[in-house]
Order: sequence, then C-alpha cells, then structure tokens
Amino acid sequence: MVLVTASKKACAVNPLKMSQPIGAAFAFMGLRGAMPLLHGPQGCTSFGLTLFVRHFKEPVPLQTTAMSEVTTVLGGYENVEQAILNIDKRAEPEIIGICSTGVTETNGDDVDAYIKLIREKHPQLDKLPLVYVSTPDFKDAFQDGWGKAVVRMVEVLVEAPARGAERNPAQVNVLPGCHLTPGDLDELRIIFEDFGLQPSFLPNLAGSLDGHIPDRFTPTTTGGIGIDEVARMGRAGWTIAIGAQMRRAAEAMQEKTGVPFRLFERLCGLVPNDDFMAFLSEISGRPVPARYRRQRGQLVDAMLDAHFQIGGRRLAIGAEPDLLLDLSSMLHEMGARVTAAVTTTQSTVLEQIKTKEVQIGDLEDLEELARTRNCDLLITHSHGRQAATRLKIPFHRAGFPMFDRLGAGHQLSVGYRGTRELIFNIANLVIADREENHAPTPDSWRGSTLPLGPSRRSPVGSTERSIA
Amino acid sequence: MSSLPATVQEVFNEPGCAKNANKSLTERNKGCTKQLQPGSAAGGCAFDGAKVALQPFTDVAHLVHGPIACEGNSWDNRGSASSGPNLWRTGFTTDLAETDIVFGGEKRLYKAIKQIIDKCNPPAIFVYQTCVPAMIGDDINAVCKAASKKFGKPVIPVNSPGFVGSKNLGNKLAGEALLEHVIGTQEPDYTTPYDINLIGEYNLSGELWQVKPLFDELGIRILCCIAGDGKYHEVASSHRARAAMMVCSRAMINVARKMEERYGIPFFEGSFYGIQDSSDALREIAQLLVKRGAPEDLIGRTEAVIVREEARARAAIEPYRPRFKGKKVLLMTGGVKSWSIVAALQEAGLELVGTSVKKSTKEDKERIKHLMGQDAHMIEDMTPREMYKMLKDAKTDIMLSGGKSQFVALKAAMPWLDINQERCHAYMGYVGIVKLVEEIDKALFNPMWEQLRRPAPWDRAADDRQTRAMAQLDVQPIEIVADRALTQKTPRARRICFCNTVDLGTIEDAIRSHNLTSVEAVTQHTPAVGGCCRRRIEDILAGRPISWWPATLQATG
Repeated sequence: MVLVTASKKACAVNPLKMSQPIGAAFAFMGLRGAMPLLHGPQGCTSFGLTLFVRHFKEPVPLQTTAMSEVTTVLGGYENVEQAILNIDKRAEPEIIGICSTGVTETNGDDVDAYIKLIREKHPQLDKLPLVYVSTPDFKDAFQDGWGKAVVRMVEVLVEAPARGAERNPAQVNVLPGCHLTPGDLDELRIIFEDFGLQPSFLPNLAGSLDGHIPDRFTPTTTGGIGIDEVARMGRAGWTIAIGAQMRRAAEAMQEKTGVPFRLFERLCGLVPNDDFMAFLSEISGRPVPARYRRQRGQLVDAMLDAHFQIGGRRLAIGAEPDLLLDLSSMLHEMGARVTAAVTTTQSTVLEQIKTKEVQIGDLEDLEELARTRNCDLLITHSHGRQAATRLKIPFHRAGFPMFDRLGAGHQLSVGYRGTRELIFNIANLVIADREENHAPTPDSWRGSTLPLGPSRRSPVGSTERSIA
Repeated sequence: MSSLPATVQEVFNEPGCAKNANKSLTERNKGCTKQLQPGSAAGGCAFDGAKVALQPFTDVAHLVHGPIACEGNSWDNRGSASSGPNLWRTGFTTDLAETDIVFGGEKRLYKAIKQIIDKCNPPAIFVYQTCVPAMIGDDINAVCKAASKKFGKPVIPVNSPGFVGSKNLGNKLAGEALLEHVIGTQEPDYTTPYDINLIGEYNLSGELWQVKPLFDELGIRILCCIAGDGKYHEVASSHRARAAMMVCSRAMINVARKMEERYGIPFFEGSFYGIQDSSDALREIAQLLVKRGAPEDLIGRTEAVIVREEARARAAIEPYRPRFKGKKVLLMTGGVKSWSIVAALQEAGLELVGTSVKKSTKEDKERIKHLMGQDAHMIEDMTPREMYKMLKDAKTDIMLSGGKSQFVALKAAMPWLDINQERCHAYMGYVGIVKLVEEIDKALFNPMWEQLRRPAPWDRAADDRQTRAMAQLDVQPIEIVADRALTQKTPRARRICFCNTVDLGTIEDAIRSHNLTSVEAVTQHTPAVGGCCRRRIEDILAGRPISWWPATLQATG
C-alpha cells in the first residue's frame, strides 16, 4: 500500500504546483479560435501568460476581466460582460472559455448566472459559445483545472445524438490529459490513422501550440479542434481517455451521448502500449500495422541497451499525478527504484506508484528526500533546476513548465517510439553524468571498506516497496 | 503607519514624476491608473510590480502570502544576477487553501515566517500581500510587526495586492515599503566620500557588472543598489550615500525623491544604455560627489576614463557601420528608456524608422524628436497586426522589443532582438553597447532568413502564406504614419521571378549578404531563373523602380 502524505508545512518552499485556473485556460487553448479568459485581477492572467509563452515559445491567447479592488467589492458582473463584449468585438473568437480565480471565488461571483444575464441582454452573442469552469486558486492543481475544463466542454459543446442515430465506428474521441505534449498528440494521431480510425482530440494542442506559422493574425488560437467537430463527438464509436484526470470527462461524454469509453492511465512503456495497440486493433478490426511491430522491436532493443544505465537508479521525481504515474512506472519497469516521489494534488493513481510513500508537497520536499535517500536521477519540471545544481545529479526535465530548454512542445513519451526516445534521452543523461562527474581516479576506492556481515541496505533498497 | 489607500494616493501625488507635474490638481488626485479594459488588458498587477522591484535583493527571503497562483505561477522567472546569496531565488508561499480562506490566513503566515527563520535565518523577510488575503482581511502589517518583535528580525510587510493597480504602481508601493520600514534602520560599516546609491537598477543578466569595473577604477563605491544584487544591510544603511542615480525612473522615483528630502541625498536621472548616456551618467555622478565634498580630482579622473572608454567602444563599433548602412530598426519597448537606446543605435549607423513612446514622458518625446528629426515616427500603441505589416512591407529590417511582441516578428520570418527584462545578454555601459551591436549584426545577417522566406515547393506563386497574409492586411486598411518615402517602397513579398517563385525580399537579402552585382550572381544565390525576370533583377541591382512586365502579372505579385 502506498502511503500518501500531505506536507504539514505552513510555508511551501519552491512550489511544484501551478494553479488550477491556468490549467483550465490551457485546455481551452486546444480549441480552434478560442480565447481563454481568467475572471480575476490582471496579474493572474499575466503570470499564466508568461509561463505559457516561455514554455512553448509561441504567442498565446489569454485574457483577463481585469478585476480591481473596487469591482471586487461591487461584484464582477460588469467586468465579465465587458470582457466578453470586448473580446467578441476585437478578437472575433469562435469560443470564449471563462475560468474563475481565487479572488472571484472568494467573492462568490456566480458566473453561470452572469452568463445567463449577458445572453439575455446581448442577443448578438447567441451564436458564441461561452464555457465557464469554476477553478478557485486555493483548491486543487493545474491538472485538475484541465480536467474540469474538458468536462465543461463536453457538457456544453457536445451534442447529444438523436435517438437511434447511427454511430460512426471509425470515429474515435480522444481525451488527452495535460501531461501529453503537442508532439505526443501528433504521434497518437498517426497511430490512430494507421488503424483506419478518425480521431477527434479534445482538447487538441497539436493544432494550436505545435509551433506552426499561421497565415493569419488572430489574437485567438489558430488551429486546435473546432467547436463543430466537438459537437459531432457524440457520434463516435469510442472515447479513449488518456490519464486518470480525464475519467470525469469521459464519463460526462458517456452520460450525454452514450459513447463507451476506455481509460488508459499510461501510454509510456512497453506493456501499456501493447494494451493500447491490442485495443485499437480490436475496435478497428484491423491487425496491428507492420510499422508498430517494428517499433515494438525497436523499443525492446532500446530497453535492452538502456537498462544498464537506468537499472538500479534511485529516482527522485516531482510531477502531477498522471505524469508521475506514467514516467515513474516506465522507469520502474526498466529497473529504476522510485525512491522519492512528490506530487501536487490528490488522485486515484497515487496508490499505483511503485514506491512506499508519495508526498503531496513542493520541490523543497523533493530535494530533501533526494538528498537523504541518495537519489541519483531527478525528474521534474524546469523549476527543479536549482535543486539539481545543488544535488549534482542528472536532471531530466518533464512536465509543465519547461522554460529553460527548447522543444518542450515536441518532447515525446507516448507510443513505442515515444517511449524509445524518452529512454534514450534519460540513459544519455546518465552516461553524460558518469563521464563528467564520476570518472574513476586512483583514489576512487581507497579507504572504502565493505561492511562485514549482512549489508545494512537490502539490494532492493530500504525505501522501495517490494513488488511481486 | 499609513493605510494602503492613503499610500496609493500619496504615490499618485508624487511631485518628482514628470507626468504628474503637468497635471492639474484634480487630474492628479485621480491617479495614474488608466482604467483597465476587461477583455483587452495586458500587463502585470501591483503585486507583480512590487515583487519585481524587491526580489533582486539577494539575501532576503521573499514570502508571498496568498494562494498558489501568485508565487507558484511566477517564481524564479527573473534574470537578475547575484554575486553571492541565492536565497532570493527560492520561492516561499503560504499556498493558502480553502480552510485558510474560511478561517483567515494570519496564523499560517506567522508560522511560515517562523519556519523560514528556523530553516534559513535570513537577515530579513519581505512579506508580500496578495488579493485574496487582502479581501478576507488578513492584516499582514500586524503579523509582520508581531513576528519582528518575537524573532528579533526585520519582517517587512509589502502591501501591494494585485488588484490595487498596475505593475508600475506596485514598483512604487514596494519603494514605499522600503522607505517606511527599511531605509535608515541600520548604519553602514564605514562610509567614504565616494558612496552612491543606484535606484531602480535590477542587474538583469548581470549588466550592472558591465559598469561596476569603471566605478571600482574611479574609487566610486556602490553603497546600495536598489535592488539588483543588493543586500538587506546595504539598503537598510543606504541613507548614508552621498549621491544617487535613478536608473529606471518609472519604477522608483518616490524612493529617490524622498531620500533626497529626508537624508539630503541629491539624485539625477540617468542611464547606462549607449555611449553618450554612459558618459553623461559617469560625469554627473562625479560632479554630484564632488559637490558633496569628494576630492575634486575625481572629475578629471572620470573624464580620462570616459575618453578612453568612448574611444574603445567607437573603435569596436566602427566595423559594423558600413554593414548597418541603410538598415532600418523598429524599436518597441517600454521598459528601457527609448531615447537612450535610440541614440545608441544611431551611433552604430542604424536608421530608426520608429520607436514606441507608450511609457515616455513629454520630455522623452522631445528628446526623441531631437535625435530622430521632425519626421520621427513615434508609436503610441501598435497592434501586432500593424507591427507585422510594418515588418513585412520592409519598412524595417529588424525589430527590437520585449518578449511579448517577439513572435510577431519571428512568425513574419523577420530578425528580432530582445531588449527587455527576459533577455539573456547584458547591454549596459560601453561594453554592453558593443554587445548589442554585435547581437544586431548576428540577427540581421543570419543566412537563415534567406531560406525561411522561400516559399515551400508546393506553394504556387502568389498563394503562399505570406502573400495571403499580406492580402488579408490589405483589405483591412490601417494607418501607419511612417516615413513617406519608405511607405512607397516596393513590398518585399512581391514576386520577381514567376517561374521559380522568388520574391523581392529573397533577392534583396541575397544581394545584400553576398554583395552581388550581376544577374548571374543573383541566379546562383537564389532560385531565380534570370530569364523573364532578368530585367527586374537588373532594376533591383541598379536600385531603379522595378519595371513590371507583363502587366497582367503585377496583380498577383
């Protein structure tokens, strides 16, 4: 049984967590012609915007209702109204996604009611979808905001099919968690299409934040899934949710449209991809294409080559629950020991992490655990860079934000091929670290004595959970 | 201790602010906060401003009292450099949860302060107020006072919750916190007649260290820099300086003026961007110090350093002047003084086609007019669309701006250089301006541009994305009051070779970067065939207006 502990500190030091409204806003960025709008003071938007721009190196649409001290006292109706009218006029969006913040939630702004009033007052907005999601800063974390936003998209934008309407068995809904990159989504699309399936990704960051050069200048997203396509998702044969954070959205889809779903908690690693391929083969009625039979072989070979480097590594990992499960499980399967695991928020998947204890905490916790437990591989987002410098251990950047390296949007972890790439990247880090920091010298072993009698640390590692 | 609204009003009344001086009393009372437009606002909040202004104090623990968004989404994102302590890069936040909102966050804040003191024992803690605890009535002044007393350590409340106003207001509120709680609370270990304060300098990318060696050589001591690479003890004892230089006037004019009022420290406003400004700044520092009793030989020594450094910088820039001849720059910045950079770029022989004056005062604008001539194209506000048009129409060869407009230029496949706070190069002083010129050269003459402007092989003539983009712009008339002669120039996206789809920009760039003189050379360096387009290429090479033939093709170009 994994022990999930919450930090008891009054002061979070070097936060791992990012706030839930920007997670929700992030989800809206996967829609075409979208303008995410944070209902709160302008700083909330400004900080989020900076994060996204630095992560993707792309222009990012994100607006604010610009709440001031006075409007906070008076209530935010007018700000929401003005913001929507203004965005509609200036940006001509196809959809506005509204996320609340700490200020407006503390205030108790009833945005659903506001939207009703606004619709009554401004009939010209009739055709503009407005999706509101409640995301107080003082609860939950980034991936929760993403998950909630997708639930709301399904509830508001997907049309329930008429009774007895025919389904298109080749059409597949894909609900990816926020831990997948635009590059991952591109990879998945190829896989689906190779099985003759037509995937609709909701949200589809691969269309909007993949680094394309748009031929128009719009303040909204260019690319991403169109709301017309979202509306048609009710006719699909299957919904595939990736990451436990998407379970609620998949359930909402099933409730509304009757489309059955299958949840894949992981798509990184050999076995999860075997399951994935088998499932696609089953629903498409086609054998697994030769390309993937080859890719599987290549992954197996990569695992053979890299297990020398990864096997026995003592991993310290800080990530949101779904990413934590995905990466730590894959590395565990390669022989690494998940020695320190820190995450941001509660989740059902935490119990499956192959370790004794998962802490809901911050990067200070992770750094301390890594130090005391002698970890020799660190995985977390870019904010872990200070800890990595102090710990002097190889550091693989994963998750959001990744602002100090290029190519965040194209980092792969899904599929046989994505897993293979990730394994090579991590193994190469370990090799480089050995060459740079652990070259043997004549004195490397001088004075080191082997303990007499049974070693104090069992070969499995004292902190690791024994896995049958 | 004054209330937050009173402090805000006081900041609005700042007599040292040039914009304020031109306002009537009623206007002044209204304050400088432009009413933000919901749905089309950009920029940081007052908390952001306060944090930015004070965070570069390196040995202080900066504790943000609020929900995760305020610190979790923003920590460790500034490029200031430290010569020693790294505590300022550690993110501390009370990460308020729902129960704290219900029961109040004061106890949590107090415990957080204790936790930091137990663990890090910094010389001081700055506590930043944010919107949510301000709404629920957490009294951070009281908590800080109690904690200071209990732990015997300065715990400074920075009362600047995001929703009170803009980033700029936050800068000033941070200044007020320093004035009220920090400056004058300690004494320096020793003083010299050469002690100065730098106010509003953040040591981004370590740029202060491009100038500091000159100070060291002259024997001038930076008693305190607010806040780049600053330490608590330095700012607390900064009231003993003999003179002060206000580096970024927008940010902390209240600090400079009140320190003059309270402690008699004269200040001047200056900049270290560009050769002329650096020299002026050094000169003024020397003169102020001598006026305050430093030995007079300082002035002579300073002049000698200026002569030497100017000669070195000019010599280093000289080789670039012919390369930059005729190159046009669009400058879009608010953070750094526009005129200061304008002068610097002109020294390198670049032609300025426009500069933003959004944050400039009347005096700044006069100065820009003086530098750029009466035709100076001053841009109050420019939409990305207009910027793109300006870039694509080849009214400009490179854009210098802050990170926010970065992608307008880059997505138009146009050279761009970051000159705001996120930049990774240091551009201060004589060394810095040479670096800036180097970087501009690298950006302008990168061979990549030529390739990027080629249409994809499957794009038909007049149907590539750039042409479509231009067409879209043309149907939406926009007003750019740029230099008239320049507007009449041929758009760079116009097709010259129709057989192989080559536009004017590609050919112009090839001619410039390879110094081409013949049509044959052009055909070697570009895909242009040189058959039916021979005459047009000749026209380009000769600098004549391009003779378009056959006429029917003009429309598609």
